Amino acid sequence: MSKDVAIIGVGQSAFVRNYEGSIRELAFEAFREAVQDAGISSRDIGASLICSAPEYDKQRSPSGLIAEYLGLNPQPTFMLESVCSSSTTGIRVGYSLIKSGLHDIVLVLGFQKMSEISSADSQERMGRGADIMWEAPFGTMMPAYYAMHAQAHFARYGSTEEDLALIRVKSSKYGVLNEKAVYRKEITLEQALTAPPVSTPLKRFDCCANADGASCIIMAGAARAKEISKKPVWILGLGAATAPMTLTGRDALDGLNCARLAAKQAYEMAGVKPQDIDVAEVHDCFTIAELMAYENLGFAEPGKGVELIREGQTYIGGKIPVNVDGGLLSKGHPIGATGGSQVRTIVLQLRGEAGNIQVPGAEIGLVHNIGGVGIYGNVVIMGR
Amino acid sequence: MGFEKFGRISFTSQTKLSAFVDYLEKGELRATKCKQCGKVFFPPRADCDACLGSDMEWVKIEGTGKLVSFTEAQYAPTGFEADVPYTLALADFDGVRVFGRMSRDVPLDGMKVGMAVKAEVVAMPDGQLTYQFIRL
Repeated sequence: MSKDVAIIGVGQSAFVRNYEGSIRELAFEAFREAVQDAGISSRDIGASLICSAPEYDKQRSPSGLIAEYLGLNPQPTFMLESVCSSSTTGIRVGYSLIKSGLHDIVLVLGFQKMSEISSADSQERMGRGADIMWEAPFGTMMPAYYAMHAQAHFARYGSTEEDLALIRVKSSKYGVLNEKAVYRKEITLEQALTAPPVSTPLKRFDCCANADGASCIIMAGAARAKEISKKPVWILGLGAATAPMTLTGRDALDGLNCARLAAKQAYEMAGVKPQDIDVAEVHDCFTIAELMAYENLGFAEPGKGVELIREGQTYIGGKIPVNVDGGLLSKGHPIGATGGSQVRTIVLQLRGEAGNIQVPGAEIGLVHNIGGVGIYGNVVIMGR
Repeated sequence: MGFEKFGRISFTSQTKLSAFVDYLEKGELRATKCKQCGKVFFPPRADCDACLGSDMEWVKIEGTGKLVSFTEAQYAPTGFEADVPYTLALADFDGVRVFGRMSRDVPLDGMKVGMAVKAEVVAMPDGQLTYQFIRL
């Protein structure tokens, strides 16, 4: 287990339905919080990695503009994109920039302002995050793809719509406690089960909401991290993998292979096992995605993920608390900002600063962040 | 040119695979097969990622497939609203997987993972060409 790179500052804007400001102002909210949290100034930052899915923006090459607004000229900056996993791709690239010795301190800024286009337009753009030549002509969209995974999981393992609803019930309970979440109402099992269908078997509350938001993570090499930070949180393991974008190229639809492979790499690099994880943030863009994550991360055997949620084991106090900040389902999912928000939650947990959602004594935490429908999988393991 | 005729809305017009649409016009659904190494591709590809060859032949997708998964969309992306609800499906034809829509004649409660299906070519009223799965 190496402790070469640490996270020394985290920040996040509130995730909201319609942010009343520009992308630069949105980015600034997360940036200011992270820089103040780290106790550094913009001059200390060696490079900035700007993470977003740029088709939502009118601004071309937003990294140049955002670096300017954050006061990060003349340091290098560039964009990173792996749709919904863009900002954990930023963590991976930031880690390598620091390990290579090119930079001491790197900033990873994720943002997305989705509200400038309608929900249908946004579905159409997201649908084109799948193969536009062979699948999008049928009218594909993210809920439909994940719904096909749900149907396959149900058929193979006997999981049910109620299992998925239980995941949303958990998410909503913690969403109520998160001041930065877009959805802060409690949802009952009955409400979740009787909500109108979006793409069978997924219903309204099985789906996360689009949102506007920004996240910011500041990383530093070991020497600088120890010098600057009283509570550095170390990156212990990183994993990243891909799967065919075209659904026809996947072996099975009851799990995400990119997540399995990324998890395996991250566990090996960190020298830990699934049972060593004290708290996890998983990519629950849809309830079925959280259920598959339980299995793909090894928290449960394939097909046994339902037992974790039925027994309440993924609540605080259970075997492996998952998404106790409300997850994407309650927080909202501003594409480029999501991974950084997950990392922020784990950093606060490991510092013991998570307030009313603190998992007592959490020492090792995990982030699972997926781009597209299992195209890109990133797993990050962190420790005190 | 030619590929813009594929599907409800095509997002691609230029490809080396426009013969795919010519076959649809004849009522045939075809995959490509690498003449050098024999690998079969659906969706079709112009280039083989296994042996790097680009000499392909077109082979028919026939017979019985098995439904791998499906979903009925109650909401659609821009441009597809008039089709709602429609069922997207993935079917396996002896190891060659095909993504498409299920025929409207098959009710949702009549669908099951593993059920036998056939692929058939469909000409839409506006002249667009596609294929769909039907129950055997």
